[in-house]
Amino acid sequence: MTKHGAVYFVIGIALILLICCDAADKVEPSAGRRQGETDWSDGLVTYQETWPDKFGIGRHADKSFIAKWDIDVRPDGKGLPDGEGSAKNGAVIYRQKCASCHGANGYEGPEDKLVTDSTGSNTIGNYWPYATTIFDYVRRSMPFNAPGSLTDQEVYDITAYLLYLNGIIKEEYKITATTLPQIEMPAKKRYISDDRRGGPEVR
Amino acid sequence: MSEGKEYLKEIRLLVRWLAVTVAIFLALAVGLVIYQHTSNHVVEPDFDSKITVDPSKVQGKPSSEVGYRSKFDSPKRIATYATASRTPLEDLQGTITPSDLHFERHHAGIPEINPEQHELLIHGLVEKPIRLKLSDLKKYPSVSRICFIECSGNFRYGKREMTPGEVCGLTSQSEWTGVLLSTILRDLGVKPEAKWLLAEGADGALMARSVPLQEALTEAIIAYGQNGEAIRPQQGYPMRLVIPGFEGNTQIKWLRRIEVTDKPVMTREETSKYTEKVKDGKIRMFSLVMDARSIITYPAYPKKIEKGWQELRGIAWSGRGKVAKVLVSTDNGKTWKEAHLQGPVLEKAHTAFKFMWNWDGKPTRVLSKAIDETGYVQPTYNQLVRARESKAGYHFNPVVGWDIEKTGEVYLADVEGI
Ligand code: HEC
Repeated sequence: MTKHGAVYFVIGIALILLICCDAADKVEPSAGRRQGETDWSDGLVTYQETWPDKFGIGRHADKSFIAKWDIDVRPDGKGLPDGEGSAKNGAVIYRQKCASCHGANGYEGPEDKLVTDSTGSNTIGNYWPYATTIFDYVRRSMPFNAPGSLTDQEVYDITAYLLYLNGIIKEEYKITATTLPQIEMPAKKRYISDDRRGGPEVR
Repeated sequence: MSEGKEYLKEIRLLVRWLAVTVAIFLALAVGLVIYQHTSNHVVEPDFDSKITVDPSKVQGKPSSEVGYRSKFDSPKRIATYATASRTPLEDLQGTITPSDLHFERHHAGIPEINPEQHELLIHGLVEKPIRLKLSDLKKYPSVSRICFIECSGNFRYGKREMTPGEVCGLTSQSEWTGVLLSTILRDLGVKPEAKWLLAEGADGALMARSVPLQEALTEAIIAYGQNGEAIRPQQGYPMRLVIPGFEGNTQIKWLRRIEVTDKPVMTREETSKYTEKVKDGKIRMFSLVMDARSIITYPAYPKKIEKGWQELRGIAWSGRGKVAKVLVSTDNGKTWKEAHLQGPVLEKAHTAFKFMWNWDGKPTRVLSKAIDETGYVQPTYNQLVRARESKAGYHFNPVVGWDIEKTGEVYLADVEGI
């Protein structure tokens, strides 16, 4: 009995030692540390309390300066300049300045297809939700090898032509700051906003 | 006569012995030379020699203004097009991407901008529109933050001979330094109807994206520093937007204008591009946050491994916060075990994971799967295809793995079979 007792005693001590050591090993690295000590924003709020109400850095931007830079065009038409575009005139400009990269009919490449063809590739006609984006993008970025070189008139004409080529407007329909935002693009109804939220669901 | 014969015999014996000795010597010498030429052992010379290269016996190069890489270990970006290059994830140590190996994506090349001639205009729904030079930006209180930037079109597959960088090297990590956008906007006074902002670059594409103000404002940085130095031209010198966790395209480089607005502009990059086809024929837009992802960077093609213990290594990241866990399987997904994460685990940052593995020499497949703090589990390719009814597109972040062959050679696993 005493023999067994000794064995149990030894095993018991060993177990206690093991548990103790284990516990010591397992001290959470974050224990004794303020929560979130590794975050980029630690202490930021306290620091911000020491800031002045205003820094007043930089130069005031006046209206005429802003007008020169403010080039974006929105779906509601905000940002569109005055003007009127026609597909007929657009065809001429397109042939000169765009066809080499986008093809005579807008789908032969070598660069992005602009007009829907039998392959079903994404184009203005089958994928773009807003017609105003054509004006915004072409004025901003095209032609690829001479961005920013088109006049607003040229951009209006090309916008009309690309809409006509995609079968969205008739050839004689005039594109203006009023009519362009009213054009309903075929793909618009397909668009939804991001529905991913984190968590276990795959979307 | 017999004595003469004896004598001759002895000489012959002696010659034979000599010949044998010389032959042995020659063989030994040849063997030694072959050994020294074929083995990679460092030769420790014990004599002065101009032939043996021993760095401890010669003067090295002088110091210089700018350092350089060892010519024996000089990773390169993987160039895929004139307008994009990838980070060689498999060649990196730790989690910071050297600035000159940060992935590139641009739509009209890399502009060369003199900061003296560059201004950032902030206007729109603010009380006080302003123009800021780089020197002005640097006067604001600064912040630094380590985070990844990933392009949302960051998944390629289709052949077995692909490296981690080729599969998803459009992600890189830096310590970005700049000023919080909220710090500047606080000074300008944001009007209550403000809901979005448009950010625009000064490159040939005038790259422009709309971003919801509320989501961006807490963390967005107008950065001018990257890994301790000025941002590189490829990354937006002199200033860029950094929105931790958002898709790379929104983090406009060569930033020249921010317009605070009530509605998105619907630029080409948020309609024609950076939108993805999802189920029921829908197209999803403004999918801005990068979901959790991981990849094993060792062992990976083109490396070859040997039987026995190895540290399996990789990176995991999530645009929604911290990586909570990385699970690793070394038996083609039958069992999954938790990998060790290298601390500190940062929010929206590449996080290194490691797993000690004793390869028994049998062919197998190794896989990794990231789980972030929201409980999101990195999906398989088939799960993504099922959820979206679409086989590709932006924000494709499937589990990828590597097939280990009997020879120890490693190849990209067929993603459709995972
Ligand atoms: C030198 C070749 C070149 C020329 C000339 C050119 N483009 Fe482009 N275009 C491109 C490239 C390349 C892209 C893709 C750019 C990118 O993805 O960043 C593109 C994209 C476009 C797109 C967007 C397509 C999409 O589906 O997203 C439109 C619209 C466009 N071009 C219109 C035009 C118009 C209009 C012209 C003439 C005024 C023109 N381009 C001239 C090369 C060219």
